[in-house]
Amino acid sequence: MLFEAKQIVKRYSGHTALDGVSIAVPEQSIFGLLGPNGAGKTSLIRIINQITGPDEGELFFEGRKMQQSDIYRIGYLPEERGLYKKMKVGEQAVYLAQLKGLSKADAIRELKVWFEKFDISNWWDKKVEELSKGMQQKVQFIVTIIHKPKLLIFDEPFSGFDPINVQLLKKEILNLRKQGASIIFSTHNMASVEEICDHISLINQSKTILEGKVETIKNQFKANIYEVEWLGQFEQMKSNLPSFLKVLDDSHSNGSNKTKFQIEKGSKPNDLMKFLLADFEVLGLKEILPSMDEIFIQSVNASSK
Amino acid sequence: MASIWIVPIYLSSIGQETKIISVLDETGVFFDHFTDDETMQFVQAVPQLKAAKENLNKMGNYALLYIPKPDLHVPNTAIIYSEKQASLDVKNYIKGIMKKEIEAQKLALHGIDPELLLSIKTNVFISSIKVDGSGKEEKSSAEISMAVGMFSSILIYFFIFLFGAQVMRGVIEEKTSRIIEVVISSVKPFQLMMGKIIGIALVGFTQFMLWVILTSTLIFGFQYVYQDDLKAFQNSQITETAGQGLFPTAPVETENAEVQAPDENIGFFIDALLAIDYAVILGSFLFYFLGGYLLYAALFAAVGSAVDSEADTHQFMMPITIPLILSIVMAQFIITNPHGPVAFWMSMFPLTSPIIMMIRIPFGVPYWEILTSGILLIIGFIFTTWLASKIYRTGILMYGKKVNYKELWKWLFYKA
Repeated sequence: MLFEAKQIVKRYSGHTALDGVSIAVPEQSIFGLLGPNGAGKTSLIRIINQITGPDEGELFFEGRKMQQSDIYRIGYLPEERGLYKKMKVGEQAVYLAQLKGLSKADAIRELKVWFEKFDISNWWDKKVEELSKGMQQKVQFIVTIIHKPKLLIFDEPFSGFDPINVQLLKKEILNLRKQGASIIFSTHNMASVEEICDHISLINQSKTILEGKVETIKNQFKANIYEVEWLGQFEQMKSNLPSFLKVLDDSHSNGSNKTKFQIEKGSKPNDLMKFLLADFEVLGLKEILPSMDEIFIQSVNASSK
Repeated sequence: MASIWIVPIYLSSIGQETKIISVLDETGVFFDHFTDDETMQFVQAVPQLKAAKENLNKMGNYALLYIPKPDLHVPNTAIIYSEKQASLDVKNYIKGIMKKEIEAQKLALHGIDPELLLSIKTNVFISSIKVDGSGKEEKSSAEISMAVGMFSSILIYFFIFLFGAQVMRGVIEEKTSRIIEVVISSVKPFQLMMGKIIGIALVGFTQFMLWVILTSTLIFGFQYVYQDDLKAFQNSQITETAGQGLFPTAPVETENAEVQAPDENIGFFIDALLAIDYAVILGSFLFYFLGGYLLYAALFAAVGSAVDSEADTHQFMMPITIPLILSIVMAQFIITNPHGPVAFWMSMFPLTSPIIMMIRIPFGVPYWEILTSGILLIIGFIFTTWLASKIYRTGILMYGKKVNYKELWKWLFYKA
């Protein structure tokens, strides 16, 4: 594991922001930190960044206890982010890179490469206030990763970007993983979670309510729903429906039926096939896995009760 | 700063053309005493007032001075006719000349020798001499002590306000632009706060040194270039104090009683100037200057961190500004009684001591008092910085919350 947080507790006067939360981020992986607003994600991220300390619990980096100097190996892109408005873009990027321990010469060299890559070289001498929000976000992204951190923390990285730049950013994030970095990725955008995350942890009301590999979780949450495309009379099929099957949804197109079946526990998709093949022609069958959106809503609702 | 001093002199020296003033002097006493110079020229007017008035417009003269024959034996009225309002300089000059002439005539009338009158005028000087425990005597001057004390405490007051507010604005800017979270993921909040305070102190010092250097260069340079004008200017000021004309280059002979102060008086002033312990004053000035700034800057930083915009700062500014303003208001009373109990306690209390102690020091303060006050100031500075850092580290990450004193109090007990 690259990073681990064990049994983190953080209390503010009046409420507990984190109540025994643990996460484990493997090497070279993208870790989704999910949860509704106010669940405690930001508190956890700030603890990882050593902006605040936990009241209880321990942090481990590369297997040993986390040290002050580890912040030079972490890159953090906060959700609420900004730059000094009156400063020039290049100057500021160099300054922030130096804060992360780069020498000035190294910082300039690395920054030039990234500015080239993001096609923003001609902004170097512009003042930040002249830039659009999207442009500023690009600069911030570069500054976050410039010191080649081992652990990256992105809090809603795609907010404020247009779809083209979201694509560019996703590509770079996947690239960073390939080059050996691990990424903690906090977002409400479940589509992007499904697309790029390997692991997730779902926090609600200061507690972890769900964690694991994305595929595992999806399998955990699957409700044995299958979509079958078949030919034949729907009414005829419905009247013969065995008790272990339930029709959830049905549609017709080009003469064929597309029907969603839910199979009761204990029965198998084969049983569904046997039933259908007896009287009808089956064109195709696939399992419907729940989307992360559904899992999110379902888990949060369940735990909030 | 130099400009404050130079610009008025420069302005008064430009845009002056010679004003021609025609004089209709029915008494015949004064005309000869008006002397021409590059700014004023006096000419004899035609003997009839009506014709003279008509001429005024025709010839484009600046003014017509009409001194009518008096009803009584001493003339003391005159009328100035002019197209525009006659300037104060001109009026004062004419008034001065006439007054002097009339007085001279009156003296002559009563058979008093002007020299005698001059010798009667007396100025009284009181020398004050400090005697310390060992019986060593030192000449001192309350006036000079006042000036030195007041000047340095006002400087400290402005420095604290100016640069303290700059610290606060810097913190608010970092907070509202949301760069703060990026920065404090690299450095500790305390480091950031102290960095800002020290950085702005250095900016302040640089600025201050630039003022001092530029001001002195400009003033000396100016003095060199405009030597003659300046002498005239100083002359005019002297004339003014002597209750005479205000006109810059008027070569007026005045009864310079006050200017020709007795020699021992000047000597005394120099002695008093030399007697001031500049090492102590400069040293304590730098100490209170820096100490006061550090003490207050931390508080300003805390205020900046607790609010979302500069408009919200008012409720928290009160406790910071009250001791500052109180000390500068009290300064004028303390300067008259620099060793009283109020002066003593205010110069011990860290929030007021930077300003009040600086007022007292030129009057001579026992070393143990300076030392105690200095130690208290250092303790105060450590305390406010500790207090501020607690508020700061919570405040900078707190958005959109209406913060009150109760809330700030709670922040003090949050764990880092």
